[in-house]
Amino acid sequence: MTFTVALAGNPNCGKTTLFNKLTGSSQRVGNWPGVTIDKKVGKIKETNYDLVDIPGIYSLSPYSPEEVISRDFIVEERPDALINIVDATNLERNLFLTLQLLDCNIPTVIALNMMDEVKKKGDSIDIEELTKLLNCPVVPISALRGEGMTELIRALTHTMSSKKTPEPIYMDYEVEKTVSRVEKSIKGKVPDESIRWHAIKLLEKDHIVEKDHLDAKDVVQKEIADFEKSFDDESDSIIANARYEKIEEIVEKAVKRAHTDLDSLSDRIDNIVTHKYYSLPIFLAIIALVYFISVSTVGAWGTEWLGGLFSEIASNVSSWCIEHNVSPILSGLLVDGIIGGVGAVLVFVPQMFVLFLLMCILEDVGYMSRIAFVLDRVFRYFGLSGKSFIPILVGTGCGVPGIMSSRTIESERDRKITAMTVTFMPCGAKLPVIALIASALFGGNWLIGLFCYFLGIVCVLMSGIILKKWRSLAGDPAPFIMELPPYHRPAWDNIFKTTFDRTWSFIKRAGTIILLACVLVWFLSSFNTSLVFIGSGSQEGSILQYIGQSVCILFAPIGWGSWELTVATITGLITKENIIGSIEIMAPSGIESIVGPAAGLSFLVFNLICAPCFAAIGSMRMELGNWRITALAVAYQCLLAYAVSSIAFTVCSIITGGAMSTLTMATCAISVFALLYLIIAKDPFLQKRRPEE
Amino acid sequence: MRTLNNVRCGETAKVKKLHGEGAVKRHIMDMGITKGCMIYVRKVAPFGDPIQIHLRGYELTLRKDDALMIEVEE
Repeated sequence: MTFTVALAGNPNCGKTTLFNKLTGSSQRVGNWPGVTIDKKVGKIKETNYDLVDIPGIYSLSPYSPEEVISRDFIVEERPDALINIVDATNLERNLFLTLQLLDCNIPTVIALNMMDEVKKKGDSIDIEELTKLLNCPVVPISALRGEGMTELIRALTHTMSSKKTPEPIYMDYEVEKTVSRVEKSIKGKVPDESIRWHAIKLLEKDHIVEKDHLDAKDVVQKEIADFEKSFDDESDSIIANARYEKIEEIVEKAVKRAHTDLDSLSDRIDNIVTHKYYSLPIFLAIIALVYFISVSTVGAWGTEWLGGLFSEIASNVSSWCIEHNVSPILSGLLVDGIIGGVGAVLVFVPQMFVLFLLMCILEDVGYMSRIAFVLDRVFRYFGLSGKSFIPILVGTGCGVPGIMSSRTIESERDRKITAMTVTFMPCGAKLPVIALIASALFGGNWLIGLFCYFLGIVCVLMSGIILKKWRSLAGDPAPFIMELPPYHRPAWDNIFKTTFDRTWSFIKRAGTIILLACVLVWFLSSFNTSLVFIGSGSQEGSILQYIGQSVCILFAPIGWGSWELTVATITGLITKENIIGSIEIMAPSGIESIVGPAAGLSFLVFNLICAPCFAAIGSMRMELGNWRITALAVAYQCLLAYAVSSIAFTVCSIITGGAMSTLTMATCAISVFALLYLIIAKDPFLQKRRPEE
Repeated sequence: MRTLNNVRCGETAKVKKLHGEGAVKRHIMDMGITKGCMIYVRKVAPFGDPIQIHLRGYELTLRKDDALMIEVEE
């Protein structure tokens, strides 16, 4: 028989590390019902326990989707046991969740993580005392070094076989009296094992639990009224106070602090990294360094090497085909369609890997939350939260995880706006497009890359202002209450695992959808409308040319009414890397033979901002909730792309002295006015954001 | 009424009461800002907001607007 064990804990307490250590390679990733948060399940090594990774949460409150999923899983599905991982260096706040978990009446083991850090600070925690005070086994571990795993599993097995549920930690006597009165009023309505949890939630005026107890409403309301009167505070505050008072008492007894050290190493790093004047230059320098390493040097070397490898393979296959009299259709499909197309995409894997790796390191050591702290003021001015920065930064790797990480933003409005705008950032797949335009049309000028990032940020911020004027996104700005975890040395296991996962998902896409797209593009470009093979290389009369020619007129006002680029843009919807593959196939002599710099820039800008790839649109749909709003978001992205590329084309033409039609100038003028109007127009939903205190 | 946003950098204040309601208040409490808790205001972000505070042995950041909900002792 398989048992289910849930792993619960605060964010930043080493939960992922412990999960990886306990389950090794047996992980499966699924979805929690109704939401899009990953549900990771794995088998604990050498046991028959399924370990379910619960999202990182601070409390079992009913507000964020993570909290609701966790409570539903613990209270409704009742796993056979709980492992509660607790950060020993931050015991007080971590125990707040522990106390709530212990109220759920499920056999629990506490994994006290980062004991080595506690010792390093000269503090000590009396494990025996803590075990006694918490009424459940406490096992000191170091998830990072894999220490204490055997002991943890042994304690877990022991707890499960004895089926010993923990005693709840009773709070203040007066508070407990009210709790037991409420328990009485709902007795029989809920299973005895979760009655305490329900009673406390009712006292906290939990709007989800209240719905289950409408019949007891009057009694509960009277209890709350009396309760609030006798404590002169609101009931939810009283409970939180009582819990924290109890925690202070426990910590007082079990922890010996060497000294209260206010200036830790993290503080000293923060003195520089979040300094009034140094913080921004440091941030810019770090981002520039990341870009330099991943795109210009290390990553580029890998890409160059792989590119050579692919062209060697292509020429070998090509000569093999000739030697063995393979039909030109098949050899065209192999060499130009498959190897050429997929190769053009796969060569960017080294760059992507390095970029993902560096982003993971920044995330892991704790620098990301500092960026949010420094930039929050700026982002909020544009109607977003400092937390929006993290999805945007992840989005520079790949829009899909970027959109998905917008989930950490509590406010629905900020979350949706972020999900809609993340893909404006140049993602890993857009890098090759940027690199191509920069090298073919701008002599490899690195400023083009920088310009793209800058443009992405401007579009995100501008959209923040514009989109909050949209009815479905109007609302109060989100709170920004975020932990600044201490800096720590990178956990290489986790970093490499995440980096490999992200890179692999890209390669998988290249292997499937991009392969299909390349074959499709090859087919459409190698056959004419009467389905006769016309050979690769000369697209004169191909189906693709026909399609492109019918649509390309739309893009004439923004400088690139060429069917090749129109088709490339369409194939870019499948995935942005396709743009390169398509251009490679359709314009063998290079993009410079089709357009000049101004039009090339306009083409690049349009493809950076317009509808993202289908995978990203799918993720947007998950975050936004329905197809209607997703379709509107995509329409907004395309219109914005059109307007911005029109401006880019006009400005670049003026600078380079290129010719412009009246239509171009008119389009540009309309775009400028439309954007200015949307930005300046008064927010129709601007309410008084905060009640007067 | 003195609120946390009026506490100067480098000063420590004791929480008296929380105002407001809903998700923000709940989140403030979950993070350990409760009656009687000592809060050290460490710094203000480079652009003047949010603030960084130290409480219960860890670092937290919140906006001045939300700090307005936290009443501290004079």
